[in-house]
Amino acid sequence: MTWEIVIGLEVHTQLSTNTKIFSGASTAFGAEPNTQADAVSLALPGVLPVLNKGAVERAIKFGLATGSHIAPRSVFARKNYFYPDLPKGYQISQMDLPVVGKGALTIQVPSTGSGQAYEKVVRITRAHLEEDAGKSLHGDFHGMTGIDLNRAGTPLLEIVSEPDMSSAAEAIAYAKALHALVCWIGICDGNMQEGSFRCDVNVSVRKPGAPLGTRREIKNLNSFKFMQQAIDYEVQWQIDTLENGGKIQQATILFNPDTGETRAMRSKEDAHDYRYFPDPDLLPLEISPQWIEEVRATLPELPHTKQARYVNELGLSAYDASVLTSSREMADFFEAALNDVPGQAKICANWMIGEVSAQLNRDGLDMTQCPITAQQLGDLLKRIADGTISNSAAKTVFRTIWLWDKVRNNPPSNLVDFIIERDGLKQVSDAGAIEKIVDEIIAANADKVAEYRSGKDKLFGFFVGLAMKASKGQANPAQLNEVLKKKLAG
Amino acid sequence: MHNSSLQQLSAALRSKKISSVELTQLYLDRIAALNPQLNAYITLNPETSLAQAREADARIATGNAEALTGIPIAQKDIFCAQGWRTTCGSKMLHNFVSPYDAHVISQFNNAGAINLGKTNMDEFAMGSSNETSHYGAVKNPWDTARVPGGSSGGTAAAVAARLCAAATGTDTGGSIRQPAALCGISGLKPTYGVCSRYGMIAFASSLDQAGPMGRCAEDLALLLNTMAGFDERDSTSLQRDKEDYARDLAKPLNGLRIGLPKEFFAEGLSSDVAQAVEAAIAEYKKLGATVVDISLPNTRLSIPVYYVLAPAEASSNLSRFDGVRYGYRAPDYGDLADMYEQTRAQGFGEEVKRRIMIGTYVLSHGYYDAYYLQAQKIRRLIAQDFTEAFKQCDVIMGPTSPSTAFKLGEKGDDPVQMYLSDIYTIAVNLAGLPGMSIPCGFGDNNMPVGLQIIGNYFDEARMLNAAHQYQLATDWHSRAPQA
Repeated sequence: MTWEIVIGLEVHTQLSTNTKIFSGASTAFGAEPNTQADAVSLALPGVLPVLNKGAVERAIKFGLATGSHIAPRSVFARKNYFYPDLPKGYQISQMDLPVVGKGALTIQVPSTGSGQAYEKVVRITRAHLEEDAGKSLHGDFHGMTGIDLNRAGTPLLEIVSEPDMSSAAEAIAYAKALHALVCWIGICDGNMQEGSFRCDVNVSVRKPGAPLGTRREIKNLNSFKFMQQAIDYEVQWQIDTLENGGKIQQATILFNPDTGETRAMRSKEDAHDYRYFPDPDLLPLEISPQWIEEVRATLPELPHTKQARYVNELGLSAYDASVLTSSREMADFFEAALNDVPGQAKICANWMIGEVSAQLNRDGLDMTQCPITAQQLGDLLKRIADGTISNSAAKTVFRTIWLWDKVRNNPPSNLVDFIIERDGLKQVSDAGAIEKIVDEIIAANADKVAEYRSGKDKLFGFFVGLAMKASKGQANPAQLNEVLKKKLAG
Repeated sequence: MHNSSLQQLSAALRSKKISSVELTQLYLDRIAALNPQLNAYITLNPETSLAQAREADARIATGNAEALTGIPIAQKDIFCAQGWRTTCGSKMLHNFVSPYDAHVISQFNNAGAINLGKTNMDEFAMGSSNETSHYGAVKNPWDTARVPGGSSGGTAAAVAARLCAAATGTDTGGSIRQPAALCGISGLKPTYGVCSRYGMIAFASSLDQAGPMGRCAEDLALLLNTMAGFDERDSTSLQRDKEDYARDLAKPLNGLRIGLPKEFFAEGLSSDVAQAVEAAIAEYKKLGATVVDISLPNTRLSIPVYYVLAPAEASSNLSRFDGVRYGYRAPDYGDLADMYEQTRAQGFGEEVKRRIMIGTYVLSHGYYDAYYLQAQKIRRLIAQDFTEAFKQCDVIMGPTSPSTAFKLGEKGDDPVQMYLSDIYTIAVNLAGLPGMSIPCGFGDNNMPVGLQIIGNYFDEARMLNAAHQYQLATDWHSRAPQA
């Protein structure tokens, strides 16, 4: 008997505003403890929250990008509980009326050993604005706990999905797609180490056709790898428990990356009664159709729109289009390079997916750290297209630029042409020069020429190799082939 | 000099008949003499006040004085004032020195007024007799065996005993109007949102409103001109053009339609209060006003609704007093939960704890719909009562409080009896309307009686006009208790 896995995600995305959601304090990461805690962050007596419009605009962007309902009126509520890193004794969040309602996200689930890659639509239940808490510091404070309120009040958009995922692979694919999207539309820096994108994963199992099983919620996963491990472990644990006649209790659990195990943090019995009620310090959040249109005008072309355009207008394959739109940086780079060589979309895509991606991977860099600029790639492609250099010479130029030390050697304005010139990489297309080389080879290899002429066609490659070597790799290959064929034929 | 109106004081300062330093010292001397009996002030900083007075004198000398420049104003200890201990009447904040100014405080500072001291109040503004203050009860200057009302009892006593030129209060369910009535002074709670709540320690955010307390309506208009105004730091502050609340003071009252709600003159109203209020209405008729009988049918529900909503908000607002960052922390405790429990058990008084428990209860899972949501619905009905009433009249009048000042300790054991003393004032907060109280006579024990005037939204200028015209025709407001 097989088990069906049911997974839903709640993702906390930290919004990329410069200031906090309800005050003017900075949200920059890594400052000295409490240097970004203003009167509001400290919850001094008498202070009041004022909503940061930038946070709302980012929520609207997310709603637009996922085709979600954007509430014309939403309400901030207080979630009451005591904890030292929660200075007001309540978190301002949204409960009954969230800013973003139902929507959807299309995900690509990659192929596995046994299965094909496929596309799936994951429904989004809601997304709501809320403030982050501070941090407890358990360092050396004379036996006490330190509190850092720099993070208190940082804006979060909590994105809740329907339980539409039925494997760890789908959950990861969804989390990755969501991560790519929030980075793409610029509402989150996506930095998972710094906690800008944190996932809570709800997992349950059931027999096919049975009602939903009891779920357990794995809190605060901040890497896709851990998410995979945690889900795998948790699913197996639930199946083992049920098959051994046990019952699943609803619980909040933590994943320990060191042991690879999950462990219950608190059960439903000792769940808090958060006593939600509308925050009387904040008016309901009203979003007018005009505001939505103003935000829409600032929204970049979305990945799926771009993909369709690459296929329909540039003639790229669906695969190429999806790789090129896997991040905004990748797509921007591609488009900027292509701008230099219009009409060369396929070649440009090949270089992006081939040389550029491969080198980035090899060096452990991301697109923003790419040593070659889009302009330089465009220049390079232009020189291939106009026949100045061969494809193999282009790869040499590419590697030379990649290793160019930008600190010590201020690059000339057109580095591609500079390197071609300096290193003598121009392709030889002079018919006389090629004929001369071919004549010399034929003269020096009379025995092989005889073998070739008696029907040993395979030797053609041998002659090409010799000729290329003699031209130091600079002979135009098409031209060389033509001359060789003619002269060998006798 | 200490009996002068703000306008007289302002004129005296400008004409150099008296300096601000002299005037401030005069009040400080009166405080030194009379406050030990009355306990109207929690904190005094004579050096700070006098330094402000010296600055005011310098400003007056340059000819840049405003109406309140150089005038000593007492501040209810609910307003955060930079460098001043701000306790809100609680042990919880016994050591809290505010690092910032409330909006109301900075408005007074910008106007050049002197912060004379922080006045006593019921703990976190929860009370109607000023007996819940951690700093001791305030005594009514008319009879020190009686309460001054609350929660702005220290302010009311200080104004009545002439221990300041004027002062501020806050009103969540009657905390300006009821003590004003019981101490025989004038007090105004503006429309919700007129004065910024920034820096005013929150009790029930959707009801709290700051307002002026003084000797007469004319003084209140001057004070409100300084206190009112949009503040972007308070999201519930109203974005409206600045207005001159004194603009209509001189208008005659011909044709003013006064609504008398029958629910305000029913069972529970002391006959001495009823007589004084009826005499005041008769005076208004003489001044050209007409009287309309109206009904506010949901008045009786205002107390239960208030005692669901205000504690609900308070239970959450007071969560920040946890001993972690500032204020009181229990000296001995075990783990974190014990630290919270000990701190809050020791730091809060009985009334505050009672309301936190009520509030926590009504917001709890399973009770929220029956209490909180139901109360919100009735709150809208109460507001509708007023909307209907104002179709028939321009202002509503009635008693501020069902009785004159009661004896200290008289209602201490019976919270519900205490809550009933706000029966006529609470509905005004629930509706967000402006309300005021002015003295209109004396009751059986020779204690002052207050006349409540309720206006439509943003009708403060009209209410002040009605009050001022009455005060031109009567002298109740200029009676002062024997020192």
